[in-house]
Amino acid sequence: MGAFGAYVDNIKDAVSSIFEGMAVTASHFVRKPYTVQYPDRTEVRVQDTLPFRYRGILEVDLEICTGCLACERACPIDCIVIAVEKDPATRGMIISQFDIDIAKCMFCGLCSEPCPTGSIHHTTEFEGADFSLESLIRRFIQEPIHAYKAKKGPETDPRLAPILSRGMHYLDEWAQPGGAKPAAETEES
Amino acid sequence: MKTLVQNLIASGMFGKNAPYDLVAAIAVFVLSAVVFLGVAFPFAGIVSWVERRVWARIQSRVGPNRVGPNGFLQWLADGVKHVCKEDIVPTDADPHLFKMAPYLVVLAFVLPWAVMPFSSSLILADLNVGILYMTSVTALTVVGVLMAGWASNDKWSLIGGIRSAAQIVSYEIPAGLSIFPIVLMTGTLSMQGIIKAQGWAPQHWFLFANPFTFIAANILFISALAEGNRTPFDLPEAESELVAGFATEYSGMRYLFFFMAEWGNLFIIGAIITTLFLGGWQFPHVTNNVVAMNILQLITFNLKVLFLVFVSMWVRGTLPRVRIDQLMTLCWKYFVPIAFINMIGTAIWVAIWPEGNSWAGYIMVAAAIVVAVLFIQRVIYYAKRSKMEMYYNPTI
Repeated sequence: MGAFGAYVDNIKDAVSSIFEGMAVTASHFVRKPYTVQYPDRTEVRVQDTLPFRYRGILEVDLEICTGCLACERACPIDCIVIAVEKDPATRGMIISQFDIDIAKCMFCGLCSEPCPTGSIHHTTEFEGADFSLESLIRRFIQEPIHAYKAKKGPETDPRLAPILSRGMHYLDEWAQPGGAKPAAETEES
Repeated sequence: MKTLVQNLIASGMFGKNAPYDLVAAIAVFVLSAVVFLGVAFPFAGIVSWVERRVWARIQSRVGPNRVGPNGFLQWLADGVKHVCKEDIVPTDADPHLFKMAPYLVVLAFVLPWAVMPFSSSLILADLNVGILYMTSVTALTVVGVLMAGWASNDKWSLIGGIRSAAQIVSYEIPAGLSIFPIVLMTGTLSMQGIIKAQGWAPQHWFLFANPFTFIAANILFISALAEGNRTPFDLPEAESELVAGFATEYSGMRYLFFFMAEWGNLFIIGAIITTLFLGGWQFPHVTNNVVAMNILQLITFNLKVLFLVFVSMWVRGTLPRVRIDQLMTLCWKYFVPIAFINMIGTAIWVAIWPEGNSWAGYIMVAAAIVVAVLFIQRVIYYAKRSKMEMYYNPTI
């Protein structure tokens, strides 16, 4: 009788487990799929949904770049090339070249840490595909420009204030592990 | 067929003195080409797309939805891709057997369409041994699969082919024994005869005629899945163990043929179950218009078949693959004895109530409704427990 009981139990187990299993999979028919249909069928751009500290392609705000070369020295693989020279007339710095080779860049983030103004920072942009290595070198400067120099006194140039505050905010958040997402107006880079 | 050929000759399309046999041969070739290229192969293709979408939703994915509206043309894209690929025959393979194997598998898929009872008058040939013919020609698959496995001269292919042969030959027995109760009750092997013995209402279906036929229907469905190499019985092409089993060495169009036959077989499985147990094309007599009745019956039959096709996709998305020893245990220790008990039980039932017991039908339909309600309760329970966003639209 024991063998027959086991036989019937096996059948019962099989039927009940198939019943439960089919119920579980049937419940999936009414669930929303997890799939993100990147790139063209998302409700918002995928780049906008990424966290603030995401290490995407590097970007430089040239208005607040001081030309201090801290990022070039910090880069472990020398993918940042900056050329600066003294302007004899105004005694300021003139930046004539600021190239970042995205093909070499390993997104370690070491360049954005020492930046005093938060000028060089990661964006949430990650689409770097291109047809030639040459075009992956981001050349930020076409014409030589004057480097940013912090003004004495409390007044900041109103044109630069939002960029500066964004940059400093970026640095502060960066230094804090698990830092909160910044407010909406400072998020866009 | 005869009248069609005589009309063709009378219309003068082939000249006045056209030989009857020649015109008949041309008509047969053209008709079968239209049926297979217009119905059977597109069905197999569309099922491949539907199946991928169904699995995707089971796994909380989306599935192919880029080619055409909701990815509907995906099967055409895949087909064109496969046909354009190079037809490679391995150097060490037996070239003739290797090339012939896919055609035999496809042959086993197209032959059953001859006795497919779509409606009361839409049937190619109502053979008096219809269901026997159906089971015997679908068993041709094993020849093709074994041939493919042997001719490829490859260990994976050979193991896949041998496994498939063992599996199909074993499961023929419970499948055949499960057809027996119906033959006992109706006294005919003809597809139309079996359908005409049933009614349109569920309590008149053979599925609910008595408890033994209900079990027989389940055994037949599972055995048919095993014969069609469907998950959970897809051992012959177990990817993790055998690469692609008997289809390992195939590429391009020949590879496509194997899978077309596999997906097309779903319709055959559904049609056998529908004919034997679900009342086939039976539809309440609502109009005296023969054409309208036939269209309604065609729709009824196809809906039942498509429901079973959907269930087999759902099973494939749910159950994991069984081991080879479990497969054989299930067949020989469980299905064969139970199928014999079914047969004897039905024989006794028919001896006691030769006209059938109508109360049994009502009680079994009520029991089935209770089980269905319990099932839906479980589905709602699992759907709520997941705390996920609900999305009821089948398309995304």
